Amino acid sequence: MMNTTEVGAGAPGAPIVKVEERLFQNRYLVDAGRPHIRIKPHTEPSKALMALTHLCPAGCYSQNDKGQVEAVVDGCVECGTCRVLTAKTGEVEWNYPRGGFGVLFKFG
Amino acid sequence: MIRDKFDAIVVGAGPSGNAAAYTMAKEGLKVLQLERGEYPGSKNVQGAILYADALEKIIPDFREDAPLERHVIEQRLWTMDDTSYVGMHYRSDDFNEEKPNRYTIIRAQFDRWFSGKVREAGAVLLCETTVTELLRDPQGRVIGVRTDRDGGTAFADVVILGEGVNGLVGQRSGLRPELKPDTVALAVKEMHFLPREVIESRFNLAGNEGVVIEAMGTITDGMTGTGFIYTNQESISIGIGCIVSDFAESGRTPYGLLEAFKRHPSVRPLLEGSECKEYAAHLIPEGGYNAMPELFGDGWIVVGDAGQFVNAVHREGSNLAMTTGRVAGETVVWLKRRREMATKANLAEYQRRLEETFVMKDLRKYRRIPDFLHRNKHIFGVYPKLLSAAAQTWFRVDGVDKRAKEKQIFQSFRSGRTLPGLIGDALKLARSWR
Repeated sequence: MMNTTEVGAGAPGAPIVKVEERLFQNRYLVDAGRPHIRIKPHTEPSKALMALTHLCPAGCYSQNDKGQVEAVVDGCVECGTCRVLTAKTGEVEWNYPRGGFGVLFKFG
Repeated sequence: MIRDKFDAIVVGAGPSGNAAAYTMAKEGLKVLQLERGEYPGSKNVQGAILYADALEKIIPDFREDAPLERHVIEQRLWTMDDTSYVGMHYRSDDFNEEKPNRYTIIRAQFDRWFSGKVREAGAVLLCETTVTELLRDPQGRVIGVRTDRDGGTAFADVVILGEGVNGLVGQRSGLRPELKPDTVALAVKEMHFLPREVIESRFNLAGNEGVVIEAMGTITDGMTGTGFIYTNQESISIGIGCIVSDFAESGRTPYGLLEAFKRHPSVRPLLEGSECKEYAAHLIPEGGYNAMPELFGDGWIVVGDAGQFVNAVHREGSNLAMTTGRVAGETVVWLKRRREMATKANLAEYQRRLEETFVMKDLRKYRRIPDFLHRNKHIFGVYPKLLSAAAQTWFRVDGVDKRAKEKQIFQSFRSGRTLPGLIGDALKLARSWR
């Protein structure tokens, strides 16, 4: 499921926040085996792709041992930030989930 | 998929798509509306404030059954530093009127209600259906859409794109470019539940009265952005948003920024003891007039966020969405009555009509503001700190005489921003605001 790394707010003295705890409140219909976001194979991520490891509001992006950026998108809230930020490098392939799948906001 | 040909296909069941679909269906047009979510609202996120005027022009008696939370009687604008805020509050009993002007709403509920009205008016709504591409005739005219429902297609005289900020259909069909990281904001939001009496006592409210707080300052850590706190009946919507490119450079996480905002000493007591039941994120197109794409073409019109219809300065978007949706719908009805085709030349009527509304007037008025804010990020850090320090100097009684305090305040502004800097900021802001 979600990446389990603890992600700090990125500033000295800022509270440590686990985004998983927040996503736990949300409703999702996961389209198992059909992720709507794919990262293009790479050896070294661009600056923009790296930024997603802190910028993605659902914490979907993380860096693996080899320094590549990976995504687990089950908790994605479909904001589109990753697509916009990497539009120039084309490293992220972003589609809407199939109709009915993905996040289902109870309140929005 | 669908054999019938429609007068219009509307992509999306948010405020703009619903306004367009309702306007056309009410006038007897054959309308198909496609929504990718399980139900209308399931993909939609907003603060959220409903502006009555825009909805009244579509459904005059909406107050009878729309799911409204609280009518807004008080607006608070806060400039914040790390320990304080300097506030400008406007509260008036005049807002306790028969037909209140602004309401807080919960979008998932409101969008469902609005969609119910659209269906009552006669439009056909298909949910769980993602539009994948526009269909064109050999001349390039848009004639319908393809969906992910078994690759099914549907045809219509005109396609109205109310597909929201991400707007993939229009982007991938070459109708408009991808969003730019420096003109789009990422906002994150939480829904915090509390008993209604607690909300009313904390915010000094009676009955269905509501408060809206908009905040700027060190809460965005030097980034261009704002925070908000809105009172609903039994919940508080709290969120914060900053320009995407600023986030990328800052290294901050959006949820970390929201957490820090929630823990601010002026905010924490408002949320004390609440239960968070949802965490959402959404993009807001903040490029304004200069980022606006083509609004119409042969067989298509764009409405709402997909067309960059957001007034970032006034935090208005849903009213622009509803108004553009309504005007698009009216334009299509008008052409239909005249038995004219939805050609690019004929659909130019949409933009002509929009020019007469607040939508284009306001966006044009503020066309320089996004750039101003982008180039003057110190506005969000330096001034809130200076203001706060000045207020503290002024209000703290400590044996220092008032003339000395005045001097101290003046000096702090001069050393914080230099005299040319202060004058320059004032001039630039005035020029952008005009």
